[in-house]
Amino acid sequence: MAPMKVYGWVVSPWMARVLVCLEEAGAEYEVVPMSKSGGDHRRPEHLARNPFGEIPVLEDGDLTLYQSRAIARYILRKYKPELLGEGCLKESATVDVWVEVESHQLEPVLRTIVMHCIIHPHIGCDRDQAAVDESLEKLRTLLPVYEARLSVCKHLAGDDITAADLCHFGFMRYFMATEYAGIVDAYPHVKAWWDALLTRPSVQKVIAGMPADFGFGSGKRP
Amino acid sequence: MAPVKVFGSAVFANAARVMACLEEVGVEYEVVEVDYMAKEHKGLKHLARNPFGQIPTFQDGDIMLFESRAIAKYVLRKYAKSAQDDLLREGNPEEAAMVDVWTEVEAHQYLPAMAPIFYECVVYPARLGTTPNKKVVDESLEKLKKVLDVYEAHLSSTKSKYLAGDFFSFADLNHFPFTFHIMTTTHASLFGSYPHVKAWWERVMARPSLKKISAHMEIKA
Repeated sequence: MAPMKVYGWVVSPWMARVLVCLEEAGAEYEVVPMSKSGGDHRRPEHLARNPFGEIPVLEDGDLTLYQSRAIARYILRKYKPELLGEGCLKESATVDVWVEVESHQLEPVLRTIVMHCIIHPHIGCDRDQAAVDESLEKLRTLLPVYEARLSVCKHLAGDDITAADLCHFGFMRYFMATEYAGIVDAYPHVKAWWDALLTRPSVQKVIAGMPADFGFGSGKRP
Repeated sequence: MAPVKVFGSAVFANAARVMACLEEVGVEYEVVEVDYMAKEHKGLKHLARNPFGQIPTFQDGDIMLFESRAIAKYVLRKYAKSAQDDLLREGNPEEAAMVDVWTEVEAHQYLPAMAPIFYECVVYPARLGTTPNKKVVDESLEKLKKVLDVYEAHLSSTKSKYLAGDFFSFADLNHFPFTFHIMTTTHASLFGSYPHVKAWWERVMARPSLKKISAHMEIKA
């Protein structure tokens, strides 16, 4: 059985979502590195894999998938369905709720902060502090909800790790490298949850490919 | 067995998403109104159901859920009785993956292009009496055209009747609420340039469940 292939640049938080699921699932895979600055994602051979011209893309035999959460679900369903709460209606629904919360509530906010605070300085764009402030204000309404949730159980969908926690990893990694990471200190259960995620071998392996500056500082721009 | 409850009427597109699933699997449900203009969704009673203070929320016995796509999947998993109702295809990894891909595409490619048109041309005129901001609408139309280019190519190259294959799925259903609203505006004509997309949409709207829900979706002042 040929190993699955994941196309993309490993510094990407969306790529990280898929890689951390592959690692947790113990699946065999190979990264096919692509260059963002080289425009690999806009070339015809990539558009044939993903007509939206984005990464990551997963190839498993004849199957080609895109959209990081769809890829994550496919991997976990195949190798570790318990991480989706499969087989239990309440558990699978709870996993889905928190995957959706990350997708629609948290990620847009963390993405704006990370773009302006980490990436913009490296690509010669101004930091829009008003956009950052608006995102921080929104974040301050979300964190209390996460704190309340994580006060009740160790992970978002229950006591054990699930896809919900794994889906949060990529963007949290970069947010926690910004000057605003200290905001989380006011939410001890969120901090403890994040610190615990960092100790997981899967997370440690994937984070090794994710320098806090996306690789710009060392000249290895994605 | 008490009927399940949906908090938030079909006037809320995300509540309509959940109700479409309930109709598809033929489950009895009760709609509990949430007074958006009075900010009832930010009140303590609603926050107890959804700590993020959004609509819809959902109750089935002692299970309380929020996030419409999560609710919808729970409903489809629990109540699907036959292959006809199996809109998730979770028993078939390849089919389930295609359902997931096009569900994510709706959320992250299609809807972001469509949402500004929805707000400018449907919501704000109805709720606030404003006229659409042409610049915002034109920018979104350009983005939407690029997205529809991909949909047209996908449907014509796969020759599939629906997005994930020849079967109607959760992926198609997820496109219903917001597309329905766009189709009530003058921008419906955009879809005329995409024959496979137009045919797909007509197939989707032919479903009795969606015709039924769409009768209750008009946003008024």
